[in-house]
Amino acid sequence: MSQLQVVFIMTGMDRAELLSLYRQMLLIRRFEEKSAEMYALAKIAGFLHLYIGEEAIAVGAMAALRPNDYAISAYRDHGHCLARGADPGKVMAELFGKATGLCKGKGGSMHLVDLAHRFMGGYAIVGGHIPLATGLAFAIKYQALDLVTACFFGEGAVPSGQAHEAFNLAALWKLPVIFVCENNRYGMGTPVERAIALYADVAETARSYGITAERVDGMDVLAVRSSMDKAVKQVRAGRGPWFIEAMTYRYMGHSMSDPAHGHYRTKEEVEEHRKRDPLLLLKESMVNQNLGTEADFKQLERDVGEVVAAAVKFAEDSPFPSPSDLYDDVLQE
Amino acid sequence: MLLSYREALNQAMREEMRRDQRIFLIGEEVAYYQGAFKVSKGFVEEFGPQRVIDTPITEAGFTGLAIGAAMAGLHPIVELMTMNFGILALDQIVNNAAKIRYMSGGQLSVPLVIRGPGSAAHQLGAQHSQSLEAWFCHVPGLKVIAPATPHDAKGLLRSAIRDPNPVIFIEAQLLYGTKGEVQEGEYTIPIGVAEVKRVGRDVTIVAYSKMLFLALEAADQLSREGIEAEVIDPRTLKPLDLQTIVLSVKKTGRLVIVEEGWRFCGLGAQIAESVYSAAFDHLDAPIMRVAGEEVPMPYCRPLEDAAIPDLPRVMEAVKSLL
Repeated sequence: MSQLQVVFIMTGMDRAELLSLYRQMLLIRRFEEKSAEMYALAKIAGFLHLYIGEEAIAVGAMAALRPNDYAISAYRDHGHCLARGADPGKVMAELFGKATGLCKGKGGSMHLVDLAHRFMGGYAIVGGHIPLATGLAFAIKYQALDLVTACFFGEGAVPSGQAHEAFNLAALWKLPVIFVCENNRYGMGTPVERAIALYADVAETARSYGITAERVDGMDVLAVRSSMDKAVKQVRAGRGPWFIEAMTYRYMGHSMSDPAHGHYRTKEEVEEHRKRDPLLLLKESMVNQNLGTEADFKQLERDVGEVVAAAVKFAEDSPFPSPSDLYDDVLQE
Repeated sequence: MLLSYREALNQAMREEMRRDQRIFLIGEEVAYYQGAFKVSKGFVEEFGPQRVIDTPITEAGFTGLAIGAAMAGLHPIVELMTMNFGILALDQIVNNAAKIRYMSGGQLSVPLVIRGPGSAAHQLGAQHSQSLEAWFCHVPGLKVIAPATPHDAKGLLRSAIRDPNPVIFIEAQLLYGTKGEVQEGEYTIPIGVAEVKRVGRDVTIVAYSKMLFLALEAADQLSREGIEAEVIDPRTLKPLDLQTIVLSVKKTGRLVIVEEGWRFCGLGAQIAESVYSAAFDHLDAPIMRVAGEEVPMPYCRPLEDAAIPDLPRVMEAVKSLL
């Protein structure tokens, strides 16, 4: 029995829930493949960091949150924003820099914010948003609310000073925050072995602050979901922060200017990781257990394809902001 | 009523915290130590440790935490033990506090005050004596205030706390003990409004924070020599009340700007540029600047004195224009 199958039994999720998780991962996958195409066509510019390969983490983790919980992430943020429930059209329009984008074209790929879905932003200074997450958690505790904050970052942020300051504050004040470390093995082109002293067990960093930490298979959406469920339950009960190290892999380059393989990793390495694709793993397990048919997955492909096509059309058809909007929202009146 | 600058700040925060539960004070030694400079005296006793929060010595961490709390609807006041330590929090201030509203297309707000003493005290050495206001003024999305008197400090701190934007509120260690008349009752002073501190006709001197008192001293001495200086305290450095300065320059035709910060790219350079653009035809002489010398602040007293604007230098600058 595979790990996924075990988790099926343990979580007792029904067919509809499982299909929903698959659909969300598929949406992120197809949305980002389309984003890459749009980038090649120069419809999207600047930096574009794709989450392809890592979808199970955002989807599995967000599934454990309530609508009013906070989520915040780094610059590789499309997946988190979509998994939180953002409208794909508004996300695509933001990547296009259009006035109808989530942030009116002022944020871009790395700075998506969707307050309506409590997605508090993507931030592009590595480690810099981790203190913000502790602040969101501080506000929850200060107001005695029954909420948690989920903070996503790559393993590359873990050695940063701001991460350590935030871990210490969160543990010291027992703040309701779940740190979700997406260990995709590379900080840009530098492998974890050359960047983090405790590379073999990045979660140990959090344990040194007294934070409960565990490692999870980040390619297994159900394992992530299960781990996050446990974390959320503990954190919501006021037991302080939690740290999840989700082991994953980025299929694409660091950003669009970086090829998928070449200088710092081999084609074989990428291919090897693709064999444990999060979409494939879930689909195979569902089919094996008669929880989904090929027809179901074909239907999902069609549905998601339509959503992505509509998102692109919405972005294409939307106007750019007017130069007169330049100074809007620098300061609040 | 006569209050010290320190007491004025204490009252402003205390009255605002009584009014609004969303406000909390966070920083190093703000609770049980009563503030490194005793500005938060009596706070933990009145508001409790939930709202008056001692932190570890981690400026980036607790400033970032305060920004996050502000994003979630609270109104934090961050006390930096000195503005020098704000350098450690500069990523949070510049990359997050100042930009979050804009980057989010107006979805998020950061109602936050970051306050603490800037500028030199006496012989604190190079790392504890800096005037960094120009750094903060350079960044869109921040407001910067540097009041000189207890009355201005109280009224402006209250406005800063009520402002929906991140506000950098720069005090001065050498001002904490100074006393001045403060209006009774709850009052505010609007952000972005300068004040003519002394009326004159011959020359305008613009000075803020500690340097205001140097300018006023110079004006008194000049008066004895028959020169009447008008002294303006911008009080808010950003947004700058250019109108009040220009109005004065149109009357006097001469402007001297006094600042403690380093000359190159200093605040005075910006004020001069703004005045040249707005009132060039009204100037009878080039604008003069008296600024800090371009050295790390030396420790020993003779050299420290040499690095900071003083009375002879202000007098000389004024006289060179007449």
